[in-house]
Amino acid sequence: MRAKRKQRLLVILGLVALAAVAVGLTLYALRSNINLFFSPVQIAEGQAPLERQIRAGGMVKEGSVARDPDSLDVAFTVTDYVEDLEVRYSGILPDLFREGQGVVVVGRLQPDGWLRADQVLAKHDENYMPPEVAQALEDAGYSPEDYQDKATDVAKRLEAED
Amino acid sequence: MWAFIHKLGSPKGFYAISARWLTPLWLAAAALILIGGTWGLAFSPADYQQGDSFRIIYVHVPAAFLAQSIFVAMAAAGFVFMVWKIKLADMAAAMMAPLGAGMTFVALFSGAVWGVPTWGTWWQWDARLTSMLILFFLYIGVIALRGAFASRDGGARAASVLAMVGVINIPIIKYSVEWWYTLHQPATFSITSKPAMPAAMWLPLLLMVLGFYCFFIAVTLMRTRSEILRRESSKRWVRALVEEQR
Repeated sequence: MRAKRKQRLLVILGLVALAAVAVGLTLYALRSNINLFFSPVQIAEGQAPLERQIRAGGMVKEGSVARDPDSLDVAFTVTDYVEDLEVRYSGILPDLFREGQGVVVVGRLQPDGWLRADQVLAKHDENYMPPEVAQALEDAGYSPEDYQDKATDVAKRLEAED
Repeated sequence: MWAFIHKLGSPKGFYAISARWLTPLWLAAAALILIGGTWGLAFSPADYQQGDSFRIIYVHVPAAFLAQSIFVAMAAAGFVFMVWKIKLADMAAAMMAPLGAGMTFVALFSGAVWGVPTWGTWWQWDARLTSMLILFFLYIGVIALRGAFASRDGGARAASVLAMVGVINIPIIKYSVEWWYTLHQPATFSITSKPAMPAAMWLPLLLMVLGFYCFFIAVTLMRTRSEILRRESSKRWVRALVEEQR
């Protein structure tokens, strides 16, 4: 009886291990397809296809948002603090869209290097704080949208990938 | 100690012992969810960027925690059933599955509702969202597979195997936001560092999470107890119990 139990245990563990290896290999093979978006660095390296619908993600560069006063046209730069990508969009932006905020833009990459966006999605980070705290931070000279920590993470990650 | 565990492993012993746990669990669940819910939805501060839509976190996060925990619990019960052939473990696994599927649905739905005002979309095929949808399908698969067998034992074994293999999805859900570029932000809470929000925000959330866990344990106990009576209805001790109640 003991031996039988042990056998069942081994069979189950073997089964789960095999399934884990299969899933792991599949995910490894698909690793670039699972990423929701291309970073500006990847686009600069030419990894993203031209004139096909892609998603690009990064931070909206401070001071880069230019709105056309007569229409909904807006242009801004998406950056991963290494490379920049120029985005042009016509439409309503999500409430969370602002400079220094993470965004994912859906659109087509043009041959001369900018992206014509059909949709702009706002990303937000895992930090939540009450408005008073954000205000206090700002009064103390910090920006609550201070993404410098993130930027060093991105830079580290890209270095590790190279 | 071993005698207690042996008694707990038998349907009759479990039925007798678990009767004492139900009331405190229900009371704790009701109190925690009531206090945490009121605090979180009405009194805790709004987020500086998202405003009040941030409060969806008080439902979304506990539901997502439970969705994953229940799957792990179900797989563990399946493992105990397969290796030691303890019927009680299978009963518990069968009773947990619908609740887990429900929690996964709540997490997906509340996430979609939250996504519209913050991200500007209710759905993206992002690694976190997709792996969570797969978890929902796994739950449905486990429930359906159990029902698809004519013999109870066959269904129990098939469901256990699917649950044990499907548990691979849990670390994928957890690390999806770190391994790949996703729209979903990384975790706010981790065991190793302090939460990325002030106490006035995370305390009500903690109460909600604990309340949801108490609710899950209470529901599973209650459903397992009725399943014990159903499966053991021809046994002498169940008949004696029914006679007693009359």
